Amino acid sequence: MLSVKGLRANVGDKEILRGLDLEVGPGEVHAIMGPNGSGKSTFAHVLSGREGYEVTSGSATFEGKDLLVLEPEERAQLGLFLAFQYPVELSGVNNTYFLKAALNSIRKARGEEELDAVSFLRLIKDKLKILHLDDSLLKRAVNAGFSGGEKKRNEIFQMALLEPKLAILDETDSGLDIDALRVVADGVNALRSPERSMIVVTHYQRLLDYIQPDYVHVLAKGQIIRSGGKELALELEEKGYGWIEAEGRAA
Amino acid sequence: MTSTQAVDDIVKSEYEHGFTTEIESDTLPPGLDEDVVRAISKRKGEPEFMTELRLKAYRHWLTMTEPEWPAVDYPKIDFQAISYFSAPKRPEDAPKSLDEIDPALLETYNKLGIPIEEQKALAGIAVDAVFDSVSVATTFRETLAEAGVIFCSISEAVHDCPELIRQYMGSVVPHTDNYYAALNAAVFSDGTFVYVPKGVRCPMELSTYFRINARNTGQFERTLIVAEEGSYVSYLEGCTAPQRDENQLHAAVVELIALEGAEIKYSTVQNWYPGDEQGKGGIYNFVTKRGDCRGARSKISWTQVETGSAITWKYPSCLLRGEDSVGEFYSVAVTKGRQQADTGTKMIHIGKGTRSTIVSKGISAGQGRQTYRGLVRIGQRAEGARNHTQCDSLLIGDRCTANTFPYIEVKHPSAQMEHEATTSKISDDELFYCRSRGLTEEDAVSMIVNGFCKEVFNELPMEFAVEAQKLLSISLEGAVG
Repeated sequence: MLSVKGLRANVGDKEILRGLDLEVGPGEVHAIMGPNGSGKSTFAHVLSGREGYEVTSGSATFEGKDLLVLEPEERAQLGLFLAFQYPVELSGVNNTYFLKAALNSIRKARGEEELDAVSFLRLIKDKLKILHLDDSLLKRAVNAGFSGGEKKRNEIFQMALLEPKLAILDETDSGLDIDALRVVADGVNALRSPERSMIVVTHYQRLLDYIQPDYVHVLAKGQIIRSGGKELALELEEKGYGWIEAEGRAA
Repeated sequence: MTSTQAVDDIVKSEYEHGFTTEIESDTLPPGLDEDVVRAISKRKGEPEFMTELRLKAYRHWLTMTEPEWPAVDYPKIDFQAISYFSAPKRPEDAPKSLDEIDPALLETYNKLGIPIEEQKALAGIAVDAVFDSVSVATTFRETLAEAGVIFCSISEAVHDCPELIRQYMGSVVPHTDNYYAALNAAVFSDGTFVYVPKGVRCPMELSTYFRINARNTGQFERTLIVAEEGSYVSYLEGCTAPQRDENQLHAAVVELIALEGAEIKYSTVQNWYPGDEQGKGGIYNFVTKRGDCRGARSKISWTQVETGSAITWKYPSCLLRGEDSVGEFYSVAVTKGRQQADTGTKMIHIGKGTRSTIVSKGISAGQGRQTYRGLVRIGQRAEGARNHTQCDSLLIGDRCTANTFPYIEVKHPSAQMEHEATTSKISDDELFYCRSRGLTEEDAVSMIVNGFCKEVFNELPMEFAVEAQKLLSISLEGAVG
């Protein structure tokens, strides 16, 4: 589904990703862990097409299509979704209106019929039920004045609605207390399916207690230096990133 | 003749001028002197008093100097090069079909969803039967007649209810007010007159759209709205479709009079031709708009969406004379390309307990230049007056500018004043967030801008609000990047 090979990317003159390889198959949940500054968020942003990053070599294909030449909206239309670490506030833009416009923009690009207001509201209600969310977020402006927990819940809600094939969750756990974390993780779990892959980017093992990954990768200095099953995350938690980096250097 | 009778007579008279002004000959030669003023009055068949008013205004205009504004640039206007009376274009001079019209204009019409027949009319093509608003207008008039509301052109009103014109015209914006108001008073071409009798709630939104001959009101338009005690009227001016016009200078005057307990809601969508990318050929829109809250508890509310014209200069104002009267100003102004706008409002608090609200949203893109200029004055007798002002500017790109000049004069210690101002840019973060959800960059911009303007759009009548949103999106297409 997603195939990243030898990806190198700069921010300004500084090389952040230094030959990153990653294969994600359908329905798989991959966790990417790593210390601060290892390139986790850069990787998430490069995949979703944010400006300000220069890819110098390597490739990233999604279902056989070259992702790196596409505009961010084209990637979203293909089925890519980025849950932001810091969701952006859009004051004055109603959340429901925003979601409807986004969904219809994606449907239109796929040659599907746009949803009218009635079918859209029905869809929203279904999704709220699946995620056990109430509808108070819908009437407000997108993320404006939301608490940290509300913003992250809103990200998951958007994901539920847009039904991506590949969701990238960028430090979704940051700034959440344990209750909020559980709500968000429950939402993510409810959205797991054999057709939907996920990349969960996180600094702490904590989130992985709730979202059980199929694979765990350790990112350091712009490369994946170790991959394993979910037990790798536990080992990391115990020994810290220093351990694995030191081992990397010794080898 | 009592005023009710006057109203009845007018509405029943089946518009003897046929709803369009009759003009014998075409165009007066360029230039302005007393003879030209007299000729205009004569051709319009005006009564003596009107001719005298015009001449008085003209003589005063001669003593005035043309104003200059620091934040607006344009070549000096040669007032002797303008023709002050022009008949509507003759059919043989008009474009014959849509093929002769600027394709960019047609594209905009299509985006706005304007029917083809109406497109022709807007583009100045001679059409025999002007779409179906003839019948709409007729039904419209009947309903208004039942309510006793007068809604006609100023020319008709001068003939048919001269006593109302005499009493009210120039009573809010006297010809001595400013250079362009004086010029307008001398040479005004046509415009709209609305009279709502005591206690009547006008049964529908009044719109120039339903006045067919409003399309050729010319460059010196004059509007007068009088709301008698306890009445209510909502008036919509303009059109979201960009209108072609041969006249570069537009100097309109709008006067509103609200008597005790009356309310006037005046909404404008202005989308005159802004000129080409260099700003050439665009309209200069120098307008004087003022409302007079003459009676206690009266209310005047201005709402404007200004997206067109090369230069816009207007400050719809309220004179809050009646006790506890209320003035409101809600504005969205967009400047892009080389457009310049110097706009704002004046709230003059004279009576006790008067209140005013100002919400101004300025959007500047391209090399647009925009200035908010507002005055809030609390007079010596305006005990307990209150004002709340909010001025927000949104910049798109890095070559546009926005200025805010709020003037505040307070002469009563009990006044409460609040002023908030913000300037922001559409950030890359906001755009990327929207795009990562599948929205195109243009959709994202229009969504953010519409969110920014929401408070103002909420004040517009429903259908107008929808059109205004669409208009804004179209105006800002290609503004980013």
